[in-house]
Amino acid sequence: MHEPYRDTMGDRLTFDRSAPGRQAVTLPALDVPAAPLPEAALLRDGVRLPEMDQLGLVRYFTALSRLNYNIDGGFYPLGSCTMKYNPKINEDAARHPAFAGMHPLQDPQTAQGSLRVLCELQDFLAAITGMDGATLAPMAGAQGEFAGVLMIRAYLRDQGQTQRTRVLVPDSAHGTNPATASMCGFEVVHIPTATDGNINLAALEAALDERAAALMLTLPNTLGLFEQQIEQISARVHAAGAQLYGDGANLNAIAGQVCPGDLGFDAWHINVHKTFSTPHGGGGPGAGPVAVKRHLLPYLPAPWVTREAGDAGTARGEPHSPLPRFLPVTPARSIGRLSLFGGDFGVLLRAWTYIRMLGAEGLREMSAAAVLNARYVQARLRDAYQLPYDRPVLHEVVFSGARQRARGVRTLDIAKRLLDFGFHPPTIYFPLIVEEALMIEPTEAESRESLDAFCDALLAIAREAEAQPDLVKGAPYTAPLTRLDEATAARRPVLRWRGPASASGLPAETTQTPRDPSR
Amino acid sequence: MPETPQDLKYSKEHEWVRMEDGDIAVIGITDFAQDMLGDIVFLQLPEEGSVIAQMAKIGEIESVKSVSDLFTPVSGEVTARNTAAIDAPEVVNSAPYGDGWLLRIRMSHPAELEQLLTAEEYEAHTAAQG
Repeated sequence: MHEPYRDTMGDRLTFDRSAPGRQAVTLPALDVPAAPLPEAALLRDGVRLPEMDQLGLVRYFTALSRLNYNIDGGFYPLGSCTMKYNPKINEDAARHPAFAGMHPLQDPQTAQGSLRVLCELQDFLAAITGMDGATLAPMAGAQGEFAGVLMIRAYLRDQGQTQRTRVLVPDSAHGTNPATASMCGFEVVHIPTATDGNINLAALEAALDERAAALMLTLPNTLGLFEQQIEQISARVHAAGAQLYGDGANLNAIAGQVCPGDLGFDAWHINVHKTFSTPHGGGGPGAGPVAVKRHLLPYLPAPWVTREAGDAGTARGEPHSPLPRFLPVTPARSIGRLSLFGGDFGVLLRAWTYIRMLGAEGLREMSAAAVLNARYVQARLRDAYQLPYDRPVLHEVVFSGARQRARGVRTLDIAKRLLDFGFHPPTIYFPLIVEEALMIEPTEAESRESLDAFCDALLAIAREAEAQPDLVKGAPYTAPLTRLDEATAARRPVLRWRGPASASGLPAETTQTPRDPSR
Repeated sequence: MPETPQDLKYSKEHEWVRMEDGDIAVIGITDFAQDMLGDIVFLQLPEEGSVIAQMAKIGEIESVKSVSDLFTPVSGEVTARNTAAIDAPEVVNSAPYGDGWLLRIRMSHPAELEQLLTAEEYEAHTAAQG
């Protein structure tokens, strides 16, 4: 018996597969006059590109893509990330030539359909969040936060409130919140979480002085819990002259159920790649629209799409221009542009499609089912894993692996063992306030069978942690690569391919990549 | 159980202080802290000669799990930083009270030591944190 021929791909890079003279494409004949480049501008000696044929290249990347875990392939319970199914109709819309063929510099007169989609999405998001308007310009959730806090800063400056130099951030917040505040020039003040999972109100009140510019609050918070004192918090933040910023990363829990605007939020960003089913992972592509109350509208980034009512027509019933006109504009006190063009249009178009497909009632069912699924997981696993904040959760549940750790099994080991059961692990070690955190977000997309299979796996691992802790600590056994040395990878990263001189004839790279001490 | 040597002073932010001759204090992070952080992969420490104030943020510790701020338990001037630990931060995990020290500081306000915790008080503090 022979082992079947299997090229695992990952261990031989394109450089290692290179053979002189192979090429993947034939360039078309030159259709412009040749113009010589100055010799000095050429990099021929410095560039070593692999030479591969098209089929070899296709097989290489196809094999790599098969190593990828994805939502179309299985359950992806990564907490805080809302890895829901992305309906294929979103892709149909995004691929439609009437949209895919657009150019960002096209005259708005010939781009009315695309601008209408953007304008409607602004309106949908403002309605879902209970705000007065929304910008679609931010290219990611973190850039949405950045835009939101910049708008608040500009507003406070225009009010003469320049002494407001601090932003308050709960200790359960996403790391992007303090990073955003810091990037916008504010000092960050951390507010502790109380034992019931709500914010510590006394600590918040103590920090709400004339230096406080804003409170950045995630609702529900990263523990998956609704902040029960939200109305008091909102009233006190505003009484202190500060603004209430909402991190909308967890909107999937409450969309269609409650409007952040009604709760007193002044600005609220939306991760459409989470709540509104646009593909994400691996760092992009995303989009982070921000919805704001009326007083912040003049500060929205550019471009903002406005709608001009159509001409009602003449008395003789001959309409001159019956359709509304959509125009990208720059608001009066705009914080400026966040990117070269208008935002991540392909992603926004998918979100528009998703919202149109679900409708208002569908969105309500979406968040209700997301909460039901998370509570089902909470109920099935609560006897095996410690629940540090024992309250009914919304869209996600955070367990602690403290009990397993007492047996020498860390949450990282549990996550690795899940790979052997065929599941993507949940988020681990976040939020930081939970020891050995396991953060599970099933989303509404999963069936009961799929939730049961996942819970059965985690229950089996909890039993293994008791009976055979070494088995769990040695996992994974079935993944293409087993336990990775993450610490050495971070301490001494190898960022550039460098030889050995191989049969390909490519010269080995000799320069070492020094670790940048000023990183 | 993490170690908490009796002869050191501690801060609630999980730094330890050891007194040397004169007004020189050596600081580092506790065994409890390195255990919570997990494998430490990067240290950002203030330059020699920096003047730092008690409980100010003076640097960062990055582990495979998170990035944390580093605070100084005492005020003064940095007279040395542990370059061996900067080059190979794993020593902070393996010997947090020894070769994994972080800074030597010439204290400007030695009375600040009185505000720090004893080993017993620090152990009670960490027990409350779970």
